[in-house]
Amino acid sequence: MSIWEYANPKKFLTTSERVMPALWVSAAVLCTVGLIWGFFFTPDDYRQGSTVKIIFLHVPAALIAINAWFMMLVASLIWVVRRHHVSALAAKAAAPIGVVMTLIALITGALWGQPMWGTWWEWDPRLTSFLVLFLFYLGYIALWEAIEDPDTAADLTSILCLVGSVFAVLSRYAVNFWNQGLHQGASLSLDKEENVADAFSNPLYVCMVGFGLLFLALVLYRTGTEIRARRMRALMLRERMQA
Amino acid sequence: MRALLLRDLRLALRAGGGFGLGLAFFLIVTVLVPFSVGPQSELLGRIAPGVLWLGALLACLLSLDRLLALDWEDGTLDLMATAPLPLEAVVTIKALAHWITTSLPLVLAAPVLGVLLNLPTAGFLWLVVSLLLGTPALSVIGTFGAALTVGLKRGGLLMSLLVLPLYVPTLIFGAEAARRGAAGMAVETPLLMLAGISAATLALLPFASAAVLRVNLR
Repeated sequence: MSIWEYANPKKFLTTSERVMPALWVSAAVLCTVGLIWGFFFTPDDYRQGSTVKIIFLHVPAALIAINAWFMMLVASLIWVVRRHHVSALAAKAAAPIGVVMTLIALITGALWGQPMWGTWWEWDPRLTSFLVLFLFYLGYIALWEAIEDPDTAADLTSILCLVGSVFAVLSRYAVNFWNQGLHQGASLSLDKEENVADAFSNPLYVCMVGFGLLFLALVLYRTGTEIRARRMRALMLRERMQA
Repeated sequence: MRALLLRDLRLALRAGGGFGLGLAFFLIVTVLVPFSVGPQSELLGRIAPGVLWLGALLACLLSLDRLLALDWEDGTLDLMATAPLPLEAVVTIKALAHWITTSLPLVLAAPVLGVLLNLPTAGFLWLVVSLLLGTPALSVIGTFGAALTVGLKRGGLLMSLLVLPLYVPTLIFGAEAARRGAAGMAVETPLLMLAGISAATLALLPFASAAVLRVNLR
């Protein structure tokens, strides 16, 4: 029994279908509980008023946006090294989720920034990095869509993902150098005294776990769809060959 | 290797390679900027380093389309791939030829256009130095983008989408170096970073480009 067994699409489908209902339910419960708790049962911040509550959408979305790219990087590496098709398809499946999460983070950030910083958009390092990340996602998805042959597409996009990751990190530092920025420091960390007050951090943790599970469920679901789409393509090609 | 370089240079200099197109584009961008932001020379001088860097970058991007596409269409690329020269070297030579025919003229033209934009006197030297250090990275990254999209019909737009985010760090450090130079501040840090990016991309990206090209030639 090794993890590589799940590179078999059949095995992957049966297992993921067994896990998915539990994932969907727990993701839905945690997101609902976390968001309702966060939006309705936390006190207003003494300086930011009720706008602080956007944190419960903004932070988990941003977290997933970055981790989705990281997951794509790992999946691309596995595809390049061991050529497991499920891995390439999982990377493909994660990209649209990542781009939506990036967009949610950007939009909620703008909605929060308008009353707080007095501006919808600021060329701040974090904001700019997310915009660049958004562009990376768009390019990645567009390349997948543009190439007919799935294996070629998987090869090219995974190399793009590897190169892009290096440049994404580089951009992060370049952008930091370029503008010091407005964005506050990390809201949650293990090694610092100053964290967000408990009243906010507890529902935030719930939301983060909920979003993580939601992401997992969505990736599994979309990967399953991709596997079936590939199977269908293969069947259609075979039929055309016989005709 | 030298034969390949000379061939690419000759092709670019004669018709079809698009030599001069980038230069003309650079000129047009620079001339249009004062029309769009207004004729205040003080303001123009302030934004000149950034505008010139952006213009050079866009002109460079414009010519990437033809970098591999022509060779792909007439099958030369297949021959190059089967030649004894490793594909990594072919890609590097291609990037070098692109740099010599597109970026080098831009570097030389930049100070002249700087006059049009009222660039402060202190800025000329650092503008040229930053462009000299930064444009190799632009060419090498562009070659990677061209290799990614070589098999696609009308891949030009897609290539721009893929390449532009990769250009961000180079643009930031390049324009920052030129801006600091023009303002009379210390330029070492951005220049060093710029040189580092150029050196690292030159060392590593040809492998990615060659890998991508092999997939496309499969």
